[in-house]
Amino acid sequence: MTKMLTVDTNPVDCYLRVDRIPHIWCAGCGIGPATGCFLRAIDRAELNPDKVAVVSGIGCSGRVAGYIKLDSFHTTHGRALPFATGLKLGNPELNVVVFSGDGDIVAIGGNHLIHSARRNIDMTVICINNFNYGMTGGQMGPTTPLDARSATSPYGNFEYPFNLPYLVAASGATYVARWTVLHLRELERSIAEALTKPGFSFIEVLGPCPTVYGRRNKLPRGMDEMRSYQERSVIRDGADPKDVELSLNGPIVVGKFVDIERPTLWDCYQQMLDRVTKP
Amino acid sequence: MNLWRKPFDIDEKAPRPVKIHIDIDRCKGCGYCAEFCPRGVLKMTGELSYKGYDMVGVVDDGKCLGCGLCEAMCPEFGIYLIYEDKELK
Repeated sequence: MTKMLTVDTNPVDCYLRVDRIPHIWCAGCGIGPATGCFLRAIDRAELNPDKVAVVSGIGCSGRVAGYIKLDSFHTTHGRALPFATGLKLGNPELNVVVFSGDGDIVAIGGNHLIHSARRNIDMTVICINNFNYGMTGGQMGPTTPLDARSATSPYGNFEYPFNLPYLVAASGATYVARWTVLHLRELERSIAEALTKPGFSFIEVLGPCPTVYGRRNKLPRGMDEMRSYQERSVIRDGADPKDVELSLNGPIVVGKFVDIERPTLWDCYQQMLDRVTKP
Repeated sequence: MNLWRKPFDIDEKAPRPVKIHIDIDRCKGCGYCAEFCPRGVLKMTGELSYKGYDMVGVVDDGKCLGCGLCEAMCPEFGIYLIYEDKELK
């Protein structure tokens, strides 16, 4: 038996643009583990990497598209979902994944999110939620919990935040889950499930943001935020999305909340085309 | 009566000898791997790398079960495991 001489590298390096690594994310950022889970989920779901396209918007998590060696697109702020819609309708064979942050998908692109879920476009949305606008210096956003401090709410936030799984499930998504970056195996399995499921799949990933969010909220290192996830998270599959609201120090309910079947936009379009073009 | 027997699948389920690779060029010293390693194989050394980040080191290779949690958890894709019996497969 001849022994092959191989140079060992990280197993996910084949999906990364290694010349750009080390990346710009802070030490302890939650986007790295989430990206790794997504890359391993491609293998787990046994997808052809040539048929996977990644679209991301602006922000820290928007840079994922630049680090992944798949067909990827870095779009304008908040418009990742419209781009992905066009991509999916232009080439229905593609497996479109939108990888972006809460400030991009929920704040400026919130309208696109609910309408993509309403039309049930066949795509997977991975939303990294770090509770604020990380790249621009930690301003409060629509996901900042009540009483959390940020650059623009120095005495505590007094606006009620969005409950993302409830919003998306009410808009008509077929798969809704929430995990933290500490639930690595569950997250990987969930992303693989969402990739193979037809319809609009939404996965909220809670990730630490030590530099701008944790520092103002008594969690100065990434490790402190991870520890708090470990203590506070409760796995409750099939929970009513209504009851999974996040608070500053309360329990974090994680799990797969919604998994239903509904015809996608492309199915409805084909149905209508058949009906209209029939002689 | 002998109630204990050797499990039939012990050969495939037993922990395989493993070697841990840490890429110092990528590591930013967040310490997740050392904190969440279930066997305490990794530890922060307290020294600084040539880039000025805290360094992580391998304390005891032999204790490693090869669960791969450090590899999955590393935000920098900077740590990975190599199974020593890879050629046999």
